[in-house]
Amino acid sequence: MMLDIDTLNVWFGSGRDRVDAVKAATFSVARGESFGLVGESGSGKSTILRAISGLAPQWSGRMVVDGTPLTKTRPKAFYKAVQMVFQDPYASLHPRHSVDQVLGETLHLHGFGDIDARVVKLLDDVGLGQKFRFRYPHQLSGGQRQRVAIARALAPEPQLLLLDEPTSALDVSVQGEILNLLVDLRRDRGLTFVMVSHDLSVVGHMCERLAVMQNGQIVEVLGVDALRQNAATHPYAQSLLAASI
Amino acid sequence: MMDTLLDVEDLWVRFPSRQGVFDAVRGVSFTLGRERLGIVGESGSGKSMTGRAILRLIRPPGIVEAKQIALNGDNLMEKSEKDMRAVRGQKISMVMQDPKFSLNPVMTIGAQIIEAYRQHNRTNHADAYAKAVEMLQAVSIRDADRVMRAYPHEMSGGMGQRVMIAMMLIPNPQILIADEPTSALDVSVQRQVLDIMDGLVKERGMGLIFISHDLNLVADFCDRVLIMYAGRIVEVCEASKLSQAKHPYTRGLLNALPRLDAPRDHLEVLQRDPAWSTAPSVSGRVA
Ligand SMILES: Nc1ncnc2c1ncn2[C@@H]1O[C@H](COP(=O)(O)OP(=O)(O)O)[C@@H](O)[C@H]1O
Ligand SMILES: Nc1ncnc2c1ncn2[C@@H]1O[C@H](COP(=O)(O)OP(=O)(O)O)[C@@H](O)[C@H]1O
Ligand SMILES: [Mg+2]
Ligand SMILES: [Mg+2]
Repeated sequence: MMLDIDTLNVWFGSGRDRVDAVKAATFSVARGESFGLVGESGSGKSTILRAISGLAPQWSGRMVVDGTPLTKTRPKAFYKAVQMVFQDPYASLHPRHSVDQVLGETLHLHGFGDIDARVVKLLDDVGLGQKFRFRYPHQLSGGQRQRVAIARALAPEPQLLLLDEPTSALDVSVQGEILNLLVDLRRDRGLTFVMVSHDLSVVGHMCERLAVMQNGQIVEVLGVDALRQNAATHPYAQSLLAASI
Repeated sequence: MMDTLLDVEDLWVRFPSRQGVFDAVRGVSFTLGRERLGIVGESGSGKSMTGRAILRLIRPPGIVEAKQIALNGDNLMEKSEKDMRAVRGQKISMVMQDPKFSLNPVMTIGAQIIEAYRQHNRTNHADAYAKAVEMLQAVSIRDADRVMRAYPHEMSGGMGQRVMIAMMLIPNPQILIADEPTSALDVSVQRQVLDIMDGLVKERGMGLIFISHDLNLVADFCDRVLIMYAGRIVEVCEASKLSQAKHPYTRGLLNALPRLDAPRDHLEVLQRDPAWSTAPSVSGRVA
């Protein structure tokens, strides 16, 4: 198992202001598998990814990545193995850092030496090429920015990629290109994906299994065939599928 | 379709700059009847500028040019800014993607609807209040009294969008221009908002211009669709026949969509032809 989540609770605030964003979520993802999280906005999808990556400090339950149980503080190796890509590449890239700086600093942070050669390779791997190397975020289209964000996530050579609506802000033509890139990267590098999307056809295209969330809870885990055949069993999952088709 | 509400002929939206003039909308023509007319295309294709130009809401240095933008035969291009203000809201209303930017954050919903209503109708507060509640109920808001007391930030996206539509309906406009009205909403809520707009077209005989980047949604919801690319209309078709569209751009967009019923390893990548952006705009006028 690449990822094992058992009775995960995640909350924000405390006392009267406490919000229980994730309640007793349990699922696991095999090495090399792609797993989807779907559900309405506010159902807790992003919070699960944030809890795994260490961005949600208040949690209980058990999270195991590649055999290692996660604690409140994460070892450096964790941040190499697990990387996240967000919906809005503009917000996740520093406006005054060039592509070269973004990738170079990430590589440096993770202790790589041959930075120059790696930046060149990363840009090729995400289909950008060298002419984008010294550009700034505002000089890139939405799709190009998301490629940079993916290159940055790939820089430490992770095994698990957490993808939070990676194409929701993009036009369908650009979405197609990014999804193709992700499919190829997973196959070539044996990556494991956990992907959040509100678009069931995107999850159907990218994932082997998916969890349907409602109000912080996973109400059903189903395979992509069941999704395609509209064969969910939980009433909420059924209604979500029906509304999307 | 005998009943033409709006006739847009050879519309241009230009932005002059130091580098030269950028034409965001390039000679677009179409008519709108009592129908749901979709405008689709990628971001930057000129959908919003087309919608805003009809209301002459393009900010300087942007320029709107057109042979005519005729509302019931009356050319809006010839109107003074003062007369345009009477058109906006009264005869043609516009709903934007994010209601939070269109509502006043420090006023209750009720106060805003009442104010809008009293701008258009001479009436006392009690009548206006009753009318406001009625408006909210018309857009399927059940606990209207509670919503009247709420502030914009206390509402979900779907609720906010319904309130916006309620406000737009107060003057009983003939035309509603909805610019990505449901793009920020969950599918279930999206459906409810669409049903409301659908009812308005059917029951009030309103004309709806529905701007969206979502081909499936437009195919499902609209009657007729204009497909825009680089400021021009490249194809016009019946919404129900969008899946049989012929233009390579439209086909490319459709094929780039993942489909649950047709799994593939890789999605088709849109190959752009420079000729698409130089071919003259296709007319969306119905005689
Ligand atoms: N930083 C935070 N502080 C307080 N509440 C939060 C925070 N982040 C998320 N939430 C709440 O947690 C719930 C789940 O949010 P989220 O995981 O972002 O949902 P989704 O990604 O499914 O749209 C929501 O009710 C949201 O308002
Ligand atoms: N103030 C402006 N100055 C220059 N160009 C603009 C301005 N506003 C919009 N544009 C350009 O006009 C084109 C059409 O924009 P828009 O109608 O908003 O596209 P859409 O709604 O289809 O995404 C875009 O290329 C955009 O960059
Ligand atoms: Mg989210
Ligand atoms: Mg727009």
